[in-house]
Amino acid sequence: MEVIVDVKRHSYDQLLVLEDIKMHVREGEIVAVIGPSGCGKSTLLSIVGGILKASDGSIYLEGQPPRDCLNPLTFIFQDFALLPWRSVAKNVGLPLEHHKLDAKVMKERVNDALARTGLLDFADALPKQLSGGMRQRVGIARALVVRPAVLLMDEPLSALDAQTRDLLMEDFLDLLLRERTAGIYITHNFQEALRLAHRVVVLSRRPGRIKEVLEVPIPQRERTEKSAIAPLAELGERLWSLIRDEASVADREVVHE
Amino acid sequence: MSELTANGPVTAGTTAASSRREVDFRGGGFLDVPKPLYSWIAFAAIIAIWQAAISLGWIDPVFLPSPLAIIDALWQLTVSGDLWRHLSISLIRIGSGWVIGSALGVVLGVLMGLTSMGRAIGMPLVSAIYPIPKIALLPLLILWLGIGEAPKIVTIASGVFFPSVIATLAGVDGASRNLIRMGQSFNMPMSSIIWKIILPSALPGILAGFRITVSIALILVVSAEMIGAQYGIGAFLLTAGNLMQSDDLMAGVVILSILGLLIGTGLTALERFFLRWR
Repeated sequence: MEVIVDVKRHSYDQLLVLEDIKMHVREGEIVAVIGPSGCGKSTLLSIVGGILKASDGSIYLEGQPPRDCLNPLTFIFQDFALLPWRSVAKNVGLPLEHHKLDAKVMKERVNDALARTGLLDFADALPKQLSGGMRQRVGIARALVVRPAVLLMDEPLSALDAQTRDLLMEDFLDLLLRERTAGIYITHNFQEALRLAHRVVVLSRRPGRIKEVLEVPIPQRERTEKSAIAPLAELGERLWSLIRDEASVADREVVHE
Repeated sequence: MSELTANGPVTAGTTAASSRREVDFRGGGFLDVPKPLYSWIAFAAIIAIWQAAISLGWIDPVFLPSPLAIIDALWQLTVSGDLWRHLSISLIRIGSGWVIGSALGVVLGVLMGLTSMGRAIGMPLVSAIYPIPKIALLPLLILWLGIGEAPKIVTIASGVFFPSVIATLAGVDGASRNLIRMGQSFNMPMSSIIWKIILPSALPGILAGFRITVSIALILVVSAEMIGAQYGIGAFLLTAGNLMQSDDLMAGVVILSILGLLIGTGLTALERFFLRWR
C-alpha cells in the first residue's frame, strides 16, 4: 500500500504552517521528515494519519492493505500514549477490542505482537513499572497488532536516553525491514534519519515547505559498516547545512506544532 | 607540587592541608517520616487532660462533659436502641441524597466536558446556583415537596450535585488529548474513547470530588434534621441541646466524627483499589 501526500496548504487561523507538500511513500519504503522546530512536521503527520484535516489538500492511499490489516495508517507516538491503568497486554490489545474478533484470535494477535517486541515476559506489568524504552516497545507492539500498512512515527525515540535510543533504533529497524511496512518517520535527529530512512525529506522553517529530498543510497543493513561511515557523514553534513540557518531563525519563533 | 589521583590533581603540602575542611551537610529536614505512635500519644494526652480537668473540678461538666460521661452516654444510646434509630435514618438520607446528587453530577459533568452545547448550557447554570447555601432552599423544598423525607434528600442531593459536576468536568477536561488522539488514530468509536480513555482519566478527579461531597452530605443531613425532623442525628443533637443534656450532645458529635472517619477510610480504600495504577 502506498501513501500519496498532496497538502497544498494548512494554517491555524491566520498562521500558515504548511505549504505545497507533495510526497509519495512506496510500499516498504521509510521516509524520514526532518526540519527545524515548529516547521509543521507533527502537523503534517497528523494530516497524513487523518487526525487533522488539511486546510487545502488531500491524502490518498493506493493499493491493497496487507491481509488481516485492521488499521492501514497507524501511529507510534513520541510520548508512547499508553493507558496507565491497563497492563502491557491490555494496552496492546486495545485497538482490537472494537473489531469484534474471536477471543482466541485476539489473544494470538496480542501474544504475537508481544513476542515480536520482546515483551512476552512483561504482559501483566503496568506501564509505570517499565523503563522508557520498554514503554515505547509497548507502543510499537500496539501498532503491530493491527498489522498496519503504513507506520506514522512521530519522533518515537526522542523521549528516550541516548543508550536506549540506539538499542531500540536497531530493533526498530529490524522490525521495519522484516515487516516490509512503509513508514513516515518524523525526527530532528540526523543520525536516526540516516540510519532508518530510504529518503529524507527536509522541510523549511514555518511555513514548512519541502526544501530538498535526499536519497540515502546505502541499504540499511550496510549502514553500520566501515565503508558507509564517510558517505553517511557527508549526507549528515549536507542535512545540517540545509537546516542550520533555518533552525537558528526558527528557534526564536513561537512553536505551533 | 601535585599528584594525579582518580579524582583529579590533589595539592600536597602543609598549606593545602591546613585550609582543607569538610563540606557541611545541608540537605536535612523537610522529609515526611511517618510517626503513627505520636498521633495516638497526642490523642490519649488530650483525653487524659480533658478527663483530669473535669475530675479536678476545673470545668463544669454541664458545659463540657468528661470523656467517661460521653462513653457512658454512647453506651446507653446503644443499649436503648436510640443510637441505631437515629443513625439509620440519617444514613438512609445521606445515602440516597449522595447517590442521587453524585450520579446526576457525574453525568452532567461528563456531558459538559464532552460537548460544547452541554458546556454552554450547563456552565452558567452551575456557576449561578453553586454558591447558594443549599440549606437555604429547605423551606422552599418543604413547601414544594411537603414534610417528609423528600425535601431533606433533595437538599442533600443538591448540595452534592454541584461539586460533583465541577470535579467531574475538571477530570474530563484533564484527560490527555494525546490519549484521545491515540484512540482516534485506531478508529475507536466515540463510546469506546469515552468509556476506555476519558472516564478512567477522569476517575481521580471524580473520586477526589466524592471526598468533598461526602462531607457536604454529612453537614447538610445534620442541618436539615435540625430544621425539620423527629429522628436522625441532627434531630437528636438539637433535642439534647434544648434539654441541656451535654453528654448526649457530645455523644452525637462523637458519632458524627466516627461516621466521617469511617466514610473517609472507605473512600481511601476505594481510591486504593481503583487508582492502584498510579
